[in-house]
Amino acid sequence: MFNYTFHWRPALRALPQMLEGALVTIEIAVLSIILGAAIAIALALASGSPNRLLRGAAATWVETARNTPALFQIYMAYFGLGSIGIFLDSYLALLAGITFNNAGYLAETFRGGLRAIPSTQTRAGRSLGLGALATFRLIVLPQLFRIVFYPMSNQIVWAILMTSLGVIVGLNTDLTGVTQELNVRTFRTFEYFALAAVIYYFITKLVTGSARLAAWRLFKY
Amino acid sequence: MIETSMTWNDLLFMLQGAGKTLLITLWAVAGGTLLGTGFGLVRAAGPLWITLPLAFFLDILRSVPLLIQFILANSFQAIAGLGAPPFLVACTVLGLYTAAYCTEIVRGGVLAVPQTTRRAARSLGLTYTQDLTNIVFPLALRVALPSWIGLTLGVMKDSALVLWIGIIELLRSSQIIVTRIQEPLFVLMIAGLIYFLISFPISRIGAHLERKWREDD
Repeated sequence: MFNYTFHWRPALRALPQMLEGALVTIEIAVLSIILGAAIAIALALASGSPNRLLRGAAATWVETARNTPALFQIYMAYFGLGSIGIFLDSYLALLAGITFNNAGYLAETFRGGLRAIPSTQTRAGRSLGLGALATFRLIVLPQLFRIVFYPMSNQIVWAILMTSLGVIVGLNTDLTGVTQELNVRTFRTFEYFALAAVIYYFITKLVTGSARLAAWRLFKY
Repeated sequence: MIETSMTWNDLLFMLQGAGKTLLITLWAVAGGTLLGTGFGLVRAAGPLWITLPLAFFLDILRSVPLLIQFILANSFQAIAGLGAPPFLVACTVLGLYTAAYCTEIVRGGVLAVPQTTRRAARSLGLTYTQDLTNIVFPLALRVALPSWIGLTLGVMKDSALVLWIGIIELLRSSQIIVTRIQEPLFVLMIAGLIYFLISFPISRIGAHLERKWREDD
């Protein structure tokens, strides 16, 4: 049918190399989610604050992150920041871009979550003698965690898929980058990228599977 | 005034790129929505032997990076000797990707229509098709439309990835100008602004509809 011979062996031989790349992919995704979630909490709190400047800054961040392509945000970090004298290498640019994106999307999730927690909970905590910070940490955060768990696990999957964009700004250590490196050496594009696709599939399944397991363990009652 | 060596022609070039972005989005969303509606109806009510393989296939499209899907499709059409232009490949891949998400949206919408309502329609003498067009679709639309708008905007943003297979859309056209005039921040900001101007009003409409059509009112 095809005037082409598939060569799967070189692709399989490159599997250890690609799995190493997969570790970098996971590393970037995890870092971007942790940083993104931390920023997102700050953004969600800022968007509810009475200070107009804070609210405006948070809204600008969130709307920019949600209304422009992720690739554009990575380009901004890689090419754009260079204009004002901040030079990031492709790894940091990718991490910055994805973190920016994650923070924007998670901020909306957190904002919705915070609104879903009745303010009476906070008041009850305060009247029991807890400080403002302790109330937030002990009363609000655990409930927030439960609400945002599913959207957040989705965002982790998104972050993993987004790391593949690093190759466009020249990253060659993550899974897609390693695959592209092998591809330009051999031109076995289909074989290598098919294997990469399988690895990505297993990584995302691993994440959604363990999220489901964790939810089942954590939210039993 | 900002000092720049960017000309009006450059801006026109970028707007042409934006046109390409919108054209790809239009085809992908139109095809993907049609396909996704069909798949969604099957997923909501079809027999198990067809819903399970379908769900598995669509799940793959949602679990593999879009960039890799573009690369795979492009190299596959070269291997198969189809000689399809990149534009067609881009629309096909993005359309299938849209269908994968649209299926779940449609399925969610259809399943949100209470079974009793549908039974009432059938017992009033409506045929299956009439029940679908007059009862299920109007009710499911309320649940599905806000997410569908979100999906459309997501596809519009994801269409930036087609630059990898050699299509000059908005982001690629701005990159070309950056290479020439060496003002990345300024040019990219214009590109971002164009994306924002397309996406923001529509996302606002979506949010408005979502609030207005909330189930409990």
